[in-house]
Amino acid sequence: MSQIIDTFISRQEMIQSAFLEHIYLSFVAVAIGIAIALPTGILIARYRRYAEPIIGVTAIFQTIPSLALFGFLVPILGIGSPTALVALIIYALLPILRNTYTGITGVDGSVIEAGRGMGMTRTQILRQIELPLALPFIMAGIRTATVLTVGIATLATFVGAGGLGDIIYRGLQSYNNALVLAGALPVALLAIGFDLVLKQIEKRMTPKGLKI
Amino acid sequence: MIQFDKVTKRFPDGTEALKEVSLTLPSHQLTAIIGPSGCGKTTLMKMINKLEKPTEGTVLIDEKPIMGLDEIELRRSIGYVIQRIGLLPHMTIADNVSLVPKMLGWEKGRIDARVRELLQLTGLDPDTFLHRYPLELSGGQQQRVGVVRALAGDPNIVLMDEPFSALDPISREQLQDELQNLQKNIRKTIVFVTHDMDEALKIADSIIVMRGGQVEQIGTPQQLVAEPANDFVRNFIGAERISRQRTFGERKLKEFVSLFEKDWRGEAQKISVDATVTEAVEQLSASGLPRLALMEDEHVIAYASDRDLLRAALHKEEGAAS
Repeated sequence: MSQIIDTFISRQEMIQSAFLEHIYLSFVAVAIGIAIALPTGILIARYRRYAEPIIGVTAIFQTIPSLALFGFLVPILGIGSPTALVALIIYALLPILRNTYTGITGVDGSVIEAGRGMGMTRTQILRQIELPLALPFIMAGIRTATVLTVGIATLATFVGAGGLGDIIYRGLQSYNNALVLAGALPVALLAIGFDLVLKQIEKRMTPKGLKI
Repeated sequence: MIQFDKVTKRFPDGTEALKEVSLTLPSHQLTAIIGPSGCGKTTLMKMINKLEKPTEGTVLIDEKPIMGLDEIELRRSIGYVIQRIGLLPHMTIADNVSLVPKMLGWEKGRIDARVRELLQLTGLDPDTFLHRYPLELSGGQQQRVGVVRALAGDPNIVLMDEPFSALDPISREQLQDELQNLQKNIRKTIVFVTHDMDEALKIADSIIVMRGGQVEQIGTPQQLVAEPANDFVRNFIGAERISRQRTFGERKLKEFVSLFEKDWRGEAQKISVDATVTEAVEQLSASGLPRLALMEDEHVIAYASDRDLLRAALHKEEGAAS
């Protein structure tokens, strides 16, 4: 235990900068993931015959072992953080896409019919009915994607993109368990922290009328 | 006034939901469309706000074909109540009711006043209910809000698609009574789809009976019960109800006094409570007056309209079978 604390203190600067890199990678990957998957999810909920193929493609990406995916991307994109980001974004897509789609298609048909009958336009139905009611699902997808990304971002070290994986890898190579833990613990804390923050946001954003 | 002119609806698989239907729904009346499931009654109704479009034929509102009208604007000008209520669960009652007025661009003060007025009219205390959410209300209360929401934009036409069929029998009866009372004040053109003959006979000014995409009979509740056009209509109304109507004619008015109104401020045709129902109906229609005044020992004890007489005819007596 004291060994770990010593490691934290002696390598403080290194851990700190790795931690920040890790946050940067995860955060940017999830943000871009949302920017791609959320609109796509909305679109495939409207044009449903494209839904299964598109979700299928992201599901296939998900089955590629993460280390292998990083490996595949190096010859194409070279080494560095762009490669790591692309890989992380690919992993973030499926949970967000699937939950957005399921959330929107799961909205009670009678509510939509009422909206149409009242003369709401498609955009109004989307913004005033479908999105608010699908929000808890969408947020759950984002949370899953975030935790997943924080974990997988440890592999960014293999493409030279830094992050807490650097420290873990260094520890493994030098048989220094304390150093491994000094990398792994912050990753776990980061995942839990992100999840808690998002949970609060989800609670705030869930429409009041649905909490009854 | 809503007119259907030779309207046919054919679905892509070739089934015909409506076959050359021509009919007129008069203004300021409650018309019930009734028939077994799959008879086309809902399709017919949904054509009025363009949720369904005719394959052939024309639908006209106030003599204007709706084909050329913008569907969004048209729907905003027509009230719509659906069976499964369809309140938006994430919005308060106030927000739900003000949806259409907001889309119509009413100013806030006018919307607020309208919402309060309508809630009051349907017996929901605005201060209690305005800021509640739909899921906090009972089914009956939710559908009251559904009706209020349909009326919010002050439409001339209100479409109701089996609005009370998902409710428990007591709430259903209550809402039917309330709708009747409400209609006395608002006099909207209401199109009411139902599969429940008791409901249709109770609340409708006229009834359209449909089967297999065609109209079997159109008439007032009285006409339907007295002269069903064919066996289908007769069966649909029910032999028991018709025979009750027949023997009913020979019974005396005094048996039904408790079902009639106690107050009436207007002219009325005097009649003895010992007269039979048949005599009462004849005298009422001969007099041209809106009410009969039932006399017992020179005192008026109750007033009855033709509608009240019909209600009496449909009234299930306590202890009577079915």
